[in-house]
Amino acid sequence: MSVLAAEGIGLSLDGKRILDSISHVFRRGRVTALLGPNGAGKSTLLDCLAALRKPDDGAATLDGQDVQQIDRRVRARAIGLLPQAADVHWNIDVTTLVGLGRMPHRGRWGETAADRDAVARALAATDMTGLADQGVEHLSGGERGRALLARVLAGEPDWLLADEPLASLDPGHQLDVLARLRSIADAGSGVVLVLHDLHLAARIADDAVLLRDGKVVAAGPAGDVLTAPLIAQAYGVDVEIGLTPAGHRFILPIAR
Amino acid sequence: MTRLTLWLVLALVLAACLSVASGKVWVPLDAWTAADPRSIIIVELRLPRTLLALLVGGALGLSGAVMQGYLRNPLADPGLFGVSSGAAFGAVVSLYFGYAVQLWLLPAFALAGAGVTMALLALIAGRSGSLILFTLAGMILTSITGSLTALAISLAPTPFVSSQIVTWLMGALTDRSWDDITVALPLTVVGAGLLATTARSLDALTLGEQAARSVGVDPGRLQLVVIAGTALCVGAAVASAGIIGFVGLIVPHMVRPFAGNRPSAILLPSALGGAVLLTVADSLVRLAPTVSELRLGIAMSMLGGPFFLYLLIRMRRRLA
Repeated sequence: MSVLAAEGIGLSLDGKRILDSISHVFRRGRVTALLGPNGAGKSTLLDCLAALRKPDDGAATLDGQDVQQIDRRVRARAIGLLPQAADVHWNIDVTTLVGLGRMPHRGRWGETAADRDAVARALAATDMTGLADQGVEHLSGGERGRALLARVLAGEPDWLLADEPLASLDPGHQLDVLARLRSIADAGSGVVLVLHDLHLAARIADDAVLLRDGKVVAAGPAGDVLTAPLIAQAYGVDVEIGLTPAGHRFILPIAR
Repeated sequence: MTRLTLWLVLALVLAACLSVASGKVWVPLDAWTAADPRSIIIVELRLPRTLLALLVGGALGLSGAVMQGYLRNPLADPGLFGVSSGAAFGAVVSLYFGYAVQLWLLPAFALAGAGVTMALLALIAGRSGSLILFTLAGMILTSITGSLTALAISLAPTPFVSSQIVTWLMGALTDRSWDDITVALPLTVVGAGLLATTARSLDALTLGEQAARSVGVDPGRLQLVVIAGTALCVGAAVASAGIIGFVGLIVPHMVRPFAGNRPSAILLPSALGGAVLLTVADSLVRLAPTVSELRLGIAMSMLGGPFFLYLLIRMRRRLA
C-alpha cells in the first residue's frame, strides 16, 4: 500500500516563496483536490509530487522514500502525470499516443500482449475505442483531452496526478471524466487533481487541500474544507453553499 | 523490417550501382572483375566516393530526423540551423592553420564545431520545444559561424589557403579516397548508434517535456546523447564533404507519408533515404553537362531551398 506525502515542502522561484512548508498525506482510494486562487502554488505542488521539480526544503515521498531518489522507471510506473499543457507535437494516431503511456512498462523489445490489453482498456475507459485509428490532429479539443487521459490510464499507475484535467472539456465530457476518475479511485488508486472550479471540486473530491500564497489554509475531508469561511479565507470571495433538490452540493461565488 | 525499409534498401543498392557506373566515363559494373584498366577508376575513385555519399547522406538524414523529433519541430535540420556551419567553421580553422594535412585534425575540429553549436542550440531552445526560439537561435548561430568563417577567409595567409577554404565550403565528394572513409566510417557509425538509442525518448517527447519526464525519460541524458550523436554524424559528414544542406530537412518529410509521424518510426527510413538521395544527387552532378563538375552542396541547396519554401507554405496556417 503506497503512500504519497508532502513532507514540509518549501520552494522559492526567483526569490519568491511559491510553496512554504506544505505537509499533507494523500490517501489511496480517494480523490484529493488541490484548490486555491491563481498563483497559490497548486501546480507547483503537483510538480513536486510528480518529481518534476525538486523542492528546496522538505520532500515529496512515496512510501517514505524521496520521489527524487526513486529510479525513473519505477517511479513512472507508480506515479502517472497528466500535465496541463496538452500539446501533442506530431500527428500520431490515438492508439500510438495512448501506447506512450506504457513506456515505463516496456522491455527492450517492443510491446507485449499486456501492453496492448492495457491500451485497449484505457481506450475503452475513455470512450475512445472508436477513434483509436484517428490522427490526433483530427480530434476535437475534448477528444484530445480524453486521449491524453487514456495515455496516463494505460500506464496503470498507483497514483494519478492531473493538472486541470477538466479545463478544455464541455459539461458532458467533464461528467464522463469525473466518473472515470471516480472509478479509478474506487478501484484503489490515488487521484490528485489540481482544480480551479469549486463546484467541480465539490462534485468529485473526497479530500481537499486549500492553498493560498503557498501555504495550506485547510486540508482534510472535502466537506470540512469547502466551507464558506475557509473559502473566503483562501480566495477572498463570499460564497453560498447549498444543496440541489437532488442532493448535490454546489458552491456559488457571490461577492468579493 | 517494414516494406518501406525493404524498398529503401533496394533503392540504396540501385543508387550505389548508378554512382559506381556514372561519371565523365561510364564504367560498366563488370569492368572491375577482369584485368580491365578501368577497374582502377572503380576501386580507387568511384567506390570510395559512393561509400562516402552513402555515409554522409545517411548521417545527415538520420540526424535531421532525430533533430526534428528532439525539438518537436518539422523544420529542424542540422544544416539550416547552424550545426553544419559550426562544423564547417571548425574545419576552416584547421585549414587556416594548415592542420588539415593531418588526417584526423580536420574531422576533430569539425566535430568540435558541430558539438559546440548543437550544444548551444539545445541549451538555448532545445528543452522548451519553442519553434520561434529555436528558429531564431539557429539563424543567429548560422550567421555567427558564417561570419567567423568569412573572417577566416579574409585573413587567410595565402590566396591558396583562401581558395582551398572556399572550394571546400561549397561541399562536394570529388576526389575522395579510402582515407576519407577511414575517418568518416567509425565516426558515423558511433554517432548513428548513439542517435538510434534516442528513439523511444523521442516518441515520449511528442507529449511535451513534462509528460515525457513523467513516463521515465531522463531529459539531461537525452540531451547529451542527441548533442554527441549529432556532433559525430554532422561533424563526420561536414569533414568529408563540406556543407551539404537540406538532406536532414527533406528526407524525414519524404518518408513520413509512408512510415507515419511517430519520431522513432522515421529514424531508419530517414537514414536510408538520406543515403539514397545524396548518392543519386552525387551521381547526377557528375552527369550534368557543365564545364567543371557541379558542386554537390550547391546542387542540394538549389533543390532544398524551394522544398523548404514549399514546406513553409504548406504549414503556414499551423505556424501562424
